[in-house]
Amino acid sequence: MLFLATAVASVPSKLLSLRAVDFAIIVLYFLLVLTIGWYLKRFTKTGEDFFMAGREMTAWIAGLSFLAANLGALELMGWAASAYQYGILATHWYWIGAIPAMLFLGIVMMPFYYICKTHSVPGYLQKRYGDSTRLLSGICFALMTIFMSGVNMYSMAIVMKVVLGWDIHFSIWVSSITVAIYVALGGLLSAIFNEVLQFMLIWLGALLIPIIGLIEAGGWSGMVARIQHNFPGGDYTHLWRTMGDFTANPMGIHWTGIVFGLGLVVSPGYWMTDFLVVQRVLAAKDLRSAKMAPIIGAAFKMMVPLIVILPGLLGLALLDVKLVGETEAVAKGLHSYNEVLPLMLARYCGPGLMGLGITALIAGFMSGMAGNVSAFATVWTYDIYKPLFRKSAADSHYVKMGRWCAILGVLASIGTAYTVMHFGSIMDYVQALFSFFIAPLLGTVLLGMFWKRTSAAGGFWGLLAGTVSSIGMWAWVTADPSALRYIALSEHAKAMAENMYRGLWSFIVCVLVTLVVSLYTKPKSESELVGLVRGCTDIPSERDIPLIKRPIFWAAAVAIVFVVLNIIFW
Amino acid sequence: MQQHRISIWFFIGILLGIYGILILGAGINEMLHPSEYSVKMAYLHAGIWWGALLIILGLIYLIKFAPRKTE
Repeated sequence: MLFLATAVASVPSKLLSLRAVDFAIIVLYFLLVLTIGWYLKRFTKTGEDFFMAGREMTAWIAGLSFLAANLGALELMGWAASAYQYGILATHWYWIGAIPAMLFLGIVMMPFYYICKTHSVPGYLQKRYGDSTRLLSGICFALMTIFMSGVNMYSMAIVMKVVLGWDIHFSIWVSSITVAIYVALGGLLSAIFNEVLQFMLIWLGALLIPIIGLIEAGGWSGMVARIQHNFPGGDYTHLWRTMGDFTANPMGIHWTGIVFGLGLVVSPGYWMTDFLVVQRVLAAKDLRSAKMAPIIGAAFKMMVPLIVILPGLLGLALLDVKLVGETEAVAKGLHSYNEVLPLMLARYCGPGLMGLGITALIAGFMSGMAGNVSAFATVWTYDIYKPLFRKSAADSHYVKMGRWCAILGVLASIGTAYTVMHFGSIMDYVQALFSFFIAPLLGTVLLGMFWKRTSAAGGFWGLLAGTVSSIGMWAWVTADPSALRYIALSEHAKAMAENMYRGLWSFIVCVLVTLVVSLYTKPKSESELVGLVRGCTDIPSERDIPLIKRPIFWAAAVAIVFVVLNIIFW
Repeated sequence: MQQHRISIWFFIGILLGIYGILILGAGINEMLHPSEYSVKMAYLHAGIWWGALLIILGLIYLIKFAPRKTE
C-alpha cells in the first residue's frame, strides 16, 4: 500500500475526468446509502438487532455480504495490478486461497459457531476456553479492525487523488462520515444491506472492462497471443506450471507455499476465524442459511477473477504503454502497475459508465470500512467493554454503546489514516499485525472445535505462543534479511512467500503448544462443551431436506467447478 | 405493531433503474454528438446497452420486491 502514497507524488495530473452525469451517479450512491441507514434505524432497537442484524438474514444476503466485506476497492485495484505484474498466478488468492476454506467454514464449522449462539469469534473462544483467551483475541481484533479501517480509508483517499485529482482530506472525511452515519444508525443490519448494494455496484461497474476487453483482444486465445507477443518468454496465463521452482515464476514462490501456507493456513485463518467476515454469516436466519451463505460466497468468489485478474491480463495484452513498478514509475514519470484498472476504465468507459466504475471503487472502499467498523463495535461492546467495565446493564445501554462505537471507531480510523499519511511505513506494520494473529488463531479455533481434550490453558498459551512466534519470525527477518532462507525456505522468496511460510510456522507452533499444554492440564467436562465441540454437539440432520436444497450438495458443486477451473488453467 | 421491512433488493432496483436511465441517456447523447476524445471500441456504444441492461435489472427488482408484493 505504500506504493499508493508515493504514487501521489509521481502522477502530475489525474488519470480520469468526470462529467456531470458521472458526478450525479456518485452523489446518488451516497444519498442512497444514507437513506438506507436512516430507514433501518427503526428496525435496530435491541442488541440482537444492532449487533447481529436480528439474526434474520437469508442465505443470499448473508452470503453476498460475507463476500462484499472482503471485496474492497483496494483489493480490486491491488490484485488487478498483481495480475499485470505476475499474470494469472494472482488467481491463487481467489481460488485455492479462498474456496476450500469457505466451503469448510460453511459445511463443517458453521454449525458450531451458529448453534452456540455466539455474538463473535472472541465470544466463541470465551465459551470454549474462558475469559483470558477471549480478551486476548478481542483486543487484537479491535486493534486490527481500527488499523485496517484507517489504512483502507487512507488508501481510498490516495486512489481518488491519483485517479480523479480529489483532495485527500475531502475523500477521507466524506466517505468516513457517511460510513459512521449509516453504521451508527442501523448497525450490522445497515452494514449488511449496504454491502449487498455495494456488491451489485462493484460487479456492474467493473464487468464491462473484461467484456469489451475480450472483444477487442479477439477472445481468450487472442489475448494470450497478444501477451506472448508483447512479453515474449514469460508465462502469464498458467496457474501451476511454473510453480515447481522458486525462480521459475515472477512471484518467487513454490507450490508448497501456495498449497500449505496459503491454502491450508493463511486463507483458512482469514475465512474461518476473522470476525469481520464470520459476523455476516452469524446473522443468518437459521442453520441451513448459515451453512449456505459461505457456499454462495464461494461461488461468487470463484468468479471475482473475471473482474479483477482478467482486466490485469487484458492490460498486458492491450495497453499501449508498458506499466512498471512504483519506484521506476516515480523516477521516470511512467504509469505503474497499480494504475492498470483505472487505465482500463478510462479506455472503455465513456460518460455515465465512468461514474458507475468510480462508484464501484468507492462502494468497495466503503464496504470494507463499514465491515471493520461494525465488527469493531460488536467486539468492543461484547468482548471488551461488557466483561471488563459493565458486566450487567440493560440491553439498550449496550446498543447505545454500539452506536457510539461506530462513530468513535470511525474517528479512530481517521486518526490512523492521518498517522499513516505522515508515517507511511506504518502500513507495512499494520499488514504484519494482521498476519501475526490470524494464522495462530486458526489453530486455537480448530483444536477447540474438533478436539474435546483441548483445555482452557492450552487454548490460551497456544494462541499466545503462536502470535509471539509470528512476531519473532518477522522481527528476525527484518533485522537479518538472510534469515529468509530459514523462514521461507529460500533466499529468493518474496514478501508474499514469506508471509505464507510465517503463517504456516506460527500455526504449527500454536498447535504444538496447545497440544502439549492441554495434555498436562485439566480439560472441560463434556457437558460444558455441548454446542461448542464436535462429538459433544447434536447437529440437526438434513436427511429430510431434498438433495437440491442441501448445503453439502452445493458445496460439492462449487468444489467440482473449483477443480475444473484449476485444471483448465493449469 | 411490527413494521414490515422493505427488501434491500427493492433499494437496489431503485438505484439501478435511475443509473440505467442516466447511463442510457449519456450513451445516446454520446452517439448523437460524439466527443473529440472518444473511448476505445466506442462503436459498440456500451453506454446504450449497459444502460438498458441496468434499467431492465432495476425494473425486475422493483417489481419483484415491491413492498406491497412482499407483505
